[in-house]
Amino acid sequence: MSFFSEALWVLLLGSLLGLELIGKVPPTLHTPLMSGANAISGITMLAALTLIIKSGDNLPLLIIGSISLGFALFNVIGGFLVTDRMLAMFSRKKTRK
Amino acid sequence: MTFIGPIKFAIDLLAVLLLALGIKGLSKVRSAREANRLAAIAMLLAAFGVLMNSQGTIGISINSWVWIISGTLIGGLLGAITAKKVPMTAMPEIVALFNGCGGMSSLLVALGVALFPSSEGSDGVASELVRNFSIVVSLFVGAITFSGSIVAMAKLQGWLSTPSWTQSKARHFFNILCAALALIGGIYLSIDGQNGLFLIVVASSLLGIGVTLPIGGADMPVVISLLNSYSGVAAAAAGFVVGSQLLIVAGAMVGAAGLILTQVMCDGMNRSLVSVLFGGALGASSVASGGGGGEYTNITSCSPEECALTLEAAERVVIVPGYGLAVAQAQHTLREVTRVLESADIEVTYAIHPVAGRMPGHMNVLLAEADVPYEQLKEMDVINPEFPATDVVLVLGANDVVNPQAKNDQTSPLYGMPVLDVQEARTVFVVKRGMSAGYSGIKNDLFDLQNTSMVFGDAKKVLGDLLLELKELGVGSKG
Repeated sequence: MSFFSEALWVLLLGSLLGLELIGKVPPTLHTPLMSGANAISGITMLAALTLIIKSGDNLPLLIIGSISLGFALFNVIGGFLVTDRMLAMFSRKKTRK
Repeated sequence: MTFIGPIKFAIDLLAVLLLALGIKGLSKVRSAREANRLAAIAMLLAAFGVLMNSQGTIGISINSWVWIISGTLIGGLLGAITAKKVPMTAMPEIVALFNGCGGMSSLLVALGVALFPSSEGSDGVASELVRNFSIVVSLFVGAITFSGSIVAMAKLQGWLSTPSWTQSKARHFFNILCAALALIGGIYLSIDGQNGLFLIVVASSLLGIGVTLPIGGADMPVVISLLNSYSGVAAAAAGFVVGSQLLIVAGAMVGAAGLILTQVMCDGMNRSLVSVLFGGALGASSVASGGGGGEYTNITSCSPEECALTLEAAERVVIVPGYGLAVAQAQHTLREVTRVLESADIEVTYAIHPVAGRMPGHMNVLLAEADVPYEQLKEMDVINPEFPATDVVLVLGANDVVNPQAKNDQTSPLYGMPVLDVQEARTVFVVKRGMSAGYSGIKNDLFDLQNTSMVFGDAKKVLGDLLLELKELGVGSKG
């Protein structure tokens, strides 16, 4: 099977999984969930990494890849930290109660 | 050497599993924080997998390492600083900003592969056409995500207003033109792999702006959620471009989950996704149709002192927080006021409208920051039947979510939106900076009612004054 047809299956099943994963979300968690999912979408950092690794010594490509990686990590690190900051406020309440 | 393939495969599977568990866990209060960490670990694993696999198979040159590390450090550090520094009130904007950067990343990957085809992944993408098509999708969605998110952020920050031309039919022409140009560029690029590249990027970016700019602030959370879903799609497309199944799975999951979340938010506001995207800003349409307008005829305003006197005599008080509270950063002062009231045996609860603030859950986060016990926050359906038995309602910087027009006036653009029935309470105080209209730009009938008094001023200042007055009255100090 070619990469493409395999990849289409993966796309299909991944989408179905995503649709099933979240059903009822309490309103409290809308913002954190959005923020957390947003951090995960920074997974394009893998594509940026691959681009840099395979670019050999092509300088413009290295630069594009590096900027792309920077953007992705800004999204990933920032996203997870900010989500954690939000969620920390909820859990702090719980431990004290 | 031969072990590397299977190990990479195992790492990828584990990463996908953890990501799925992460997204699932994030939708439950109890597991949310661990789930967020789980997802972060999954990302780390995935990155490790790529590095290990490449090092073991084709090798990573020193040169590449330098660029990898510098990109990681700069992006990661900026992200960490931004995440630590940003005030809780600016949360929606910051999510939009992060999201836009994710889209930009996917765009750049596709751009790099398109400009320098030799670097294409050796994992074997089926044909030239498929590869080019993946690039087109990645560029298109990435550019829309980026420009749309940046516009959304700028609008939430108040850097951008809604230009009037975007409320006319002209915007549809503009958007259709951009979409058509992007399509032409896409077809070009799909066929020959070079031309049409910048046409797509420019046209899609303009399309992102053209679609987001007309959308009124009240609908912005929905748009951000939708753009969040897009950035997942962009990631999946980038996965096709570089030939990574892990990327495709993760991108597809985020894309689909984001869509569900968008739908959940729309339901909370009684708006359909189509009307959010194509309906334009609420305010402008109301001006055009003439509905919901009119002058205020019966405004009563009062001082914090009078407000304090009424509060002192109350037994049940309900606080309705809104964006004004967030802007004024008044959540801590509010908490002090409610502490005083509680110590005088006055029952205090908080009524949380699903879309109060600029993002669902915004108020919960804000009040949690000020140490308000979770149990005192009540959702709309729970609190609405309790308003008739409430002595005082304190509306803090909320407007549209307490507008009775949504129930009574069929011509109002707000009609049908679920609102908090604060007018059922005995007395309503509305703390507001001035008589300007709310987010939707619609007159609020509540302000005209007999039992409503306006307390003009910045929420933090008013609450501070209120606190002083309450203390002067000796509320809470005796018992």
